[in-house]
Amino acid sequence: MRDRPLIPLLLLLVVLLIVLVAIRPSIANERWVSSTIRFAIPLAILAASQTLTMITGGIDLSVGMVASMSAYVMATQAPAEGVIASSLLALVVAIVIGLVNGVGVGIFRVHPLIMTLGMSLVVLGLLTVYQRIVIGSGTRVPDEILWLGARTSFGWIPNSLLVFIPLAAAILFGLRRSGFGRLLYAIGDNEIAARLAGVRVWQVLVVLYVISGLLAGIAGLIYAGLTQTATGTLVEVYVLPSVAAAVIGGTSIYGGRGGYAGSIVGALILTVLTTLLTVLQMPEAARQILFGAIVLSVAAAYNRIIEE
Amino acid sequence: MSAATNVGGRLNGGGTTLARLVRRNSWVLGLCGLLALLFVITKAIQPAYGPSQVEALALAALPVALAAAGQAIALISGGIDLSIGSVMALTSVTAAVLMKGASEESAIFVVIGVLLMGLAIGAFNGSLVVLTRVPDIVVTLAMLYVWAGAALLVLNTPGGASAQWLRDLIDGTVLTEWAPKAIVLLLVVVFAIWIPVRNSRLGLSFYAVGSDRLAAFRSGVDVPRTKIAAYALTGLFAAMGGLSLTMSTGIGTPVPGPYLLASVAAVVLGGVSLAGGRGGLVGPIVAVFILRLVRTDLTLLGIDPNYTTVIEGAIMVSVVMVGGLIAIRSRRS
Repeated sequence: MRDRPLIPLLLLLVVLLIVLVAIRPSIANERWVSSTIRFAIPLAILAASQTLTMITGGIDLSVGMVASMSAYVMATQAPAEGVIASSLLALVVAIVIGLVNGVGVGIFRVHPLIMTLGMSLVVLGLLTVYQRIVIGSGTRVPDEILWLGARTSFGWIPNSLLVFIPLAAAILFGLRRSGFGRLLYAIGDNEIAARLAGVRVWQVLVVLYVISGLLAGIAGLIYAGLTQTATGTLVEVYVLPSVAAAVIGGTSIYGGRGGYAGSIVGALILTVLTTLLTVLQMPEAARQILFGAIVLSVAAAYNRIIEE
Repeated sequence: MSAATNVGGRLNGGGTTLARLVRRNSWVLGLCGLLALLFVITKAIQPAYGPSQVEALALAALPVALAAAGQAIALISGGIDLSIGSVMALTSVTAAVLMKGASEESAIFVVIGVLLMGLAIGAFNGSLVVLTRVPDIVVTLAMLYVWAGAALLVLNTPGGASAQWLRDLIDGTVLTEWAPKAIVLLLVVVFAIWIPVRNSRLGLSFYAVGSDRLAAFRSGVDVPRTKIAAYALTGLFAAMGGLSLTMSTGIGTPVPGPYLLASVAAVVLGGVSLAGGRGGLVGPIVAVFILRLVRTDLTLLGIDPNYTTVIEGAIMVSVVMVGGLIAIRSRRS
C-alpha cells in the first residue's frame, strides 16, 4: 500500500459509492454520475493549484477570490465584448493576480500563506469596487460558458471534461516527466539544496504562482457555467475543500511529496461525500461536523499508511 | 533574559541593557509609534475625534484582539489555529443560550463554564495534532468545520441573551473618559494570563518548541504536552473572544465571523513569526488597533469603504515584505 497510495483512496471512494447506492438505489444512473463529475471538476482544478503550490511547501489561499473574480469579469464583460474576449480578459486578470503572488513569494520571500491571504483581501476589495463600476451593465453568463460548465454531450458526458482531461494530463505528465515538475519537488524537499544545485528558485516560484492563478481562473469560468451565476464570492466556499482534496490525496503540506492523481480522487471523494450527507438528510450542523471529522480521519489514516 | 522577550527578534546584538531592550522590542515600539501617529492623523482629519470614538474603537477591537492573542500563542509554539473563528462562534452561542432566562447571578457560572469549555476545545485540538501527527494547519482546518457545525447545533439562528452586568463590563469608561472599559478588561485578562505563563517553564517551552521542535525535545521539553497546553490557551482566548461577542451584541450568532483572517493579519503585523518561536502578545494587540484605526481614518477621509479591504490586504503583505527585506539585509551585513 505504501508504494501505491492511490489504492486505499480509490477503495474509500468505492466504499462511499456503495454506501450511497445502498441507501438510495435509485440514484445510480447516468445523470447522477454526470452531475457528480461536473461538480467535482472545478474543485479538482482548484485542488491542482493547491497540489502544485503545496509540493513546493507553499499554499494558495487566493484561489477562491481569483476564481470568483475571473467568473465575474467574464460575466460582466461578455454582453459587450463577446464570450472569447471576455474569457481571455478574465484569465489575464487571474494571471496578473498570480504574478503578484509569485513576485511576493518568490522575490520578496513573503510566506505563501500570508501572501495569498493578503492578496485575497486585496482582490475582494477590488472586486467590490469593480462591482460598483459595472453595476449598470449587469451580468450574464454566455451560452458558450454554460455549454462548457453545465451541459453534456452524447447523453451524459460532461462537456467540462474537454477542458479538464487535457489540463489534468498536462499536470500529471508535467509533474512526473518535465524539468519544471521535478524542480517543484526539489524546492519542496530542500530549498537550500535546490538553490545550491543551481536552481533559480525565485523564477520557478513566480511561474508556479502564475500557473496557480491561471488554473483558478479556469475553474472560475467553469463554475460560473455550472451554476449559471457570477457573484463576487461565488467560489470562495471551495477554498478550504480544495486544500482538503489535496491533503486527502496525499500531498504533504510541508512540501516535496504528493501528486495530482490523488488530488483528483480527493475531489471526487469530497463531492460524493457531500452528496451522501445530503441524501442522508442531515441538518447542516451534522453535515459540517461529519465533513470535518472525515477529512481529518482520512488525513490521519493516510499519514499512518505512508509512515509505516 | 529569555527568548520570550525577543519580540520581533530580527535585530539582535550586544550593547547596554537599555539599548538591547529597545532593539529587542524594536518591532513593538515601532508599532506603538505608528499607533500614536495614527491617532494624531485621526485627530487632524476629524478634530471632533474624542473619548466616545475611542470607546467605540475599543469595543470593535475587543473580539479581534482576543482572537489575535490566542492565534499568537498558537503561532509562537509552532502551530496555527484555523478553527479560531468557529470556536468563537461556538462559545458565543453557548454563552448566549445558557444566559437566556437565567438570573444575573448565575451568569458568573456561565462565564466560568464557557471559559473551561474553550480550554477543553483547545486541548482537544492540540491532542488531535499530537495524536494524528497530521500537520497543524490540516487538523485545525478540519476542526473549523466541526466547531462551526457544533455552533449550529447549539443555536440555529442568532438569539440568546447576555446578562446585564456582563454588558456593563465593557460598556463605558473607568476613571477618566479616555479609558474605555473594553481596553482595561482586555489588558487585564491578557496580562493576567500571559505574564505568568510567559515567565514560567511552560512559556519558555512554547518558544522552544516553536523555534526548533527537535532541539526542544532533545533538551527534555515534553513536546506533546507543550503543544496541547498552547492550543488550550488559544482555545481559552477564543472563548473570551466569543464571550466578548455575546457581551457586546447581547446575542449569540452561530456563523463564524471574519476573525480567522483578522487574527492572522494582526499577529503577522504584530511581529510574530509564522515559522514559530518569535514574538509576543503585545505586538498583535497593538496591530489590531492599528488596523482598526486605519479603517476609521479611511472612512473619515470619505474613501470608498470597499477600498479599506484592499488597503488592509496591501498593508498586511507589504509589512511582511519589509520585514523580509530587513531580515535579508541584516543577514548580509
